[in-house]
Amino acid sequence: MLRLSKLNKYYQVGTHSLHVLRDVDFEVDDGEFVAIMGASGSGKSTLLNILGILDDYDSGEYRLGDTLIRKLSESKAAEYRNRFIGFVFQSFNLLPFKTALENVALPLYYQGVTRRKRNQVAMQYLERVGLRDWADHLPSEMSGGQKQRVAIARALIGKPRLILADEPTGALDSETSQQIMDLLSEIHQTGITMLVVTHDPEVAARTQRTIRLRDGKVVTAQEASVSNPGMPAARPSNPSLS
Amino acid sequence: MLIALLKLIGILLAVSIVLAVVTVIVVLAIAFVRMVGVGLVQWRDMFSFDRWTEVMVTIGRNKLRTALTMISVAWGIFVLVTLLGLGRGLDAGLRKTFARDATNGVWIRTNKTGVAYGGYDVGRQITFENRDYVRAKDVKGIEHLSAEHYIGGRAWGGSYITRRGGKANSFELDAVYPDTIYMTGQTVTQGRFLSDADIAQHRKAAVIGKVVAEFLFEGDPPIGDWIVIAGIPFQVVGVFSDAGGPEEERRIFLPVSTAQLAFNGGEKLGQLQMTLGNAGPEEAQAIIDQVVGQLAEAHDFDPNDRQAVRVHNNIEQFERFSKLFWMISMFVIVIGLGTLAAGVVGVSNIMMIAVKERTKEIGVRKALGATPASIVFMVLQESVFLTALAGLIGLVGGVGLLGLMSGLENEFIRNPSINLTTGLAATGFLVLAGAFAGYFPARAAARVNPIHALRDQ
Repeated sequence: MLRLSKLNKYYQVGTHSLHVLRDVDFEVDDGEFVAIMGASGSGKSTLLNILGILDDYDSGEYRLGDTLIRKLSESKAAEYRNRFIGFVFQSFNLLPFKTALENVALPLYYQGVTRRKRNQVAMQYLERVGLRDWADHLPSEMSGGQKQRVAIARALIGKPRLILADEPTGALDSETSQQIMDLLSEIHQTGITMLVVTHDPEVAARTQRTIRLRDGKVVTAQEASVSNPGMPAARPSNPSLS
Repeated sequence: MLIALLKLIGILLAVSIVLAVVTVIVVLAIAFVRMVGVGLVQWRDMFSFDRWTEVMVTIGRNKLRTALTMISVAWGIFVLVTLLGLGRGLDAGLRKTFARDATNGVWIRTNKTGVAYGGYDVGRQITFENRDYVRAKDVKGIEHLSAEHYIGGRAWGGSYITRRGGKANSFELDAVYPDTIYMTGQTVTQGRFLSDADIAQHRKAAVIGKVVAEFLFEGDPPIGDWIVIAGIPFQVVGVFSDAGGPEEERRIFLPVSTAQLAFNGGEKLGQLQMTLGNAGPEEAQAIIDQVVGQLAEAHDFDPNDRQAVRVHNNIEQFERFSKLFWMISMFVIVIGLGTLAAGVVGVSNIMMIAVKERTKEIGVRKALGATPASIVFMVLQESVFLTALAGLIGLVGGVGLLGLMSGLENEFIRNPSINLTTGLAATGFLVLAGAFAGYFPARAAARVNPIHALRDQ
């Protein structure tokens, strides 16, 4: 489904070249539910950006299905994002002046689907996340959990091959976090491949497999725990900067 | 020198405007093709209800700011349209002023000599005679030639009373040759003008102005009827109207020969009148020099004496006024365009701020699959819409004001208006201006990096 081989990424910082991802190698099978864990600066956000076709890489290969994702034009990247990937963000990133329904329908707008059809489909997805009655509400009128549900519905509407969730529970209390993870698991049950970037071991525990990153490298659980002895168990709302 | 400089500035301005427009079109076309090459953009987006909803929502979020920006564009167009209309009014006013007399007319009047010459002292009064008229007929380049005898030695014919029955008044009397009809802007509305036969046979014929006819005849048919001027009966052969208005219609034309006999004028002429066809300023001067040369020889004055005869050259006058008015219109256009440019820059600025504010939104849209082209269109459409709408408001305002002034007729301005072509050109220009205003913000929007935009604060 998804394969990274010997992927390298550098950032130019002044005259220095920062090696952010070092020979990253992993595969995710169709329908897998995988967590990506790592401390701040481990290269996790960069990896997420590359997986989400928001950023390019310097060497190696990233294949999504049969498609090689490499040095795409902006238009092509936009098209692939629209067709292949559904994003779920920590801070929801809903458009504040659009209703829940319009937010969910937005990816279909960029696919050129007619308004009537779009809204019809969006309503189905809102129903699926249990927010049918909130269709006409603006994000400002909704709770964090509800907003994340809308965002999940939006991520699903384009029938993507892959859902990328970046700290999906980072801005939520533990009870709501549980509900959102329940929803994600439920969606995973329907056969959708899902990657969750998180700090939270509880979130990682709900997935089938965890990929750990340290200093831009994929490491085993032992290596990770040895190198980060003092790392706290959970750091809920840590900004995921690279 | 000044005119040449202004002309140069005008040409440079025109060239730079054309260049700017062409550049904008080319840049937009290139940007468009580059982005659409592989993109998802659809032309129908331009006309889609969705797009317009987006634009309206965005505008609605910043009503005050949008309104203020629109005012600057509307004001720019309003000023431009009004000034252009007034420019046309000025032009029409100029033409009207000159319509009174032929724009290619030349008048030569007698005066006193300014220098001693040929044994004569300075300050000698020159008087033209019939033979001067006859001699001038041989000069090549003169299209129509006429001359006027000053009845009683005065240009307006003295203060003789004209009467018919119980009605009497003092009207201007002009004793002329038939060709005067080509020079001073009269149109014969009834009967005919003076003829060569009237001159040759010293007929007591009179051609009267409309105002004269209305006053003396009060609706009676004037042609063939008689009026009495200074006790001498004249038969009315024609009635004229004058492009110069009612003031010019308070006149009576008499055959020059009859007037010379009747008012004891001998062979004297007060002025020579001529039109010079299509002669340019230089040709006209050559012809005038030749006529003045003949007069100098006949009357023994220095041909270079500027005072002996007074030359009024309409060709030169008209040229001078045309240039002046051209300069005024250029000035006006520069001011109008400047005001408009300020408005357009304002729109561009506001759009730029809006794009900065919407960075996050644009990032989200991009993550969800918005192509750079669709983002560019979103911004461009808003910009063109704002500019065009504001411009149309200004256009309507300007045309409305010109409409209110359309009745206006005075010495300088006549019927200010704007034609359809200018209106359409202005509309096209507005769309271009909107695209121009939106181009840089749109480019900035298209360059928004979703990674940075989506980074959590």
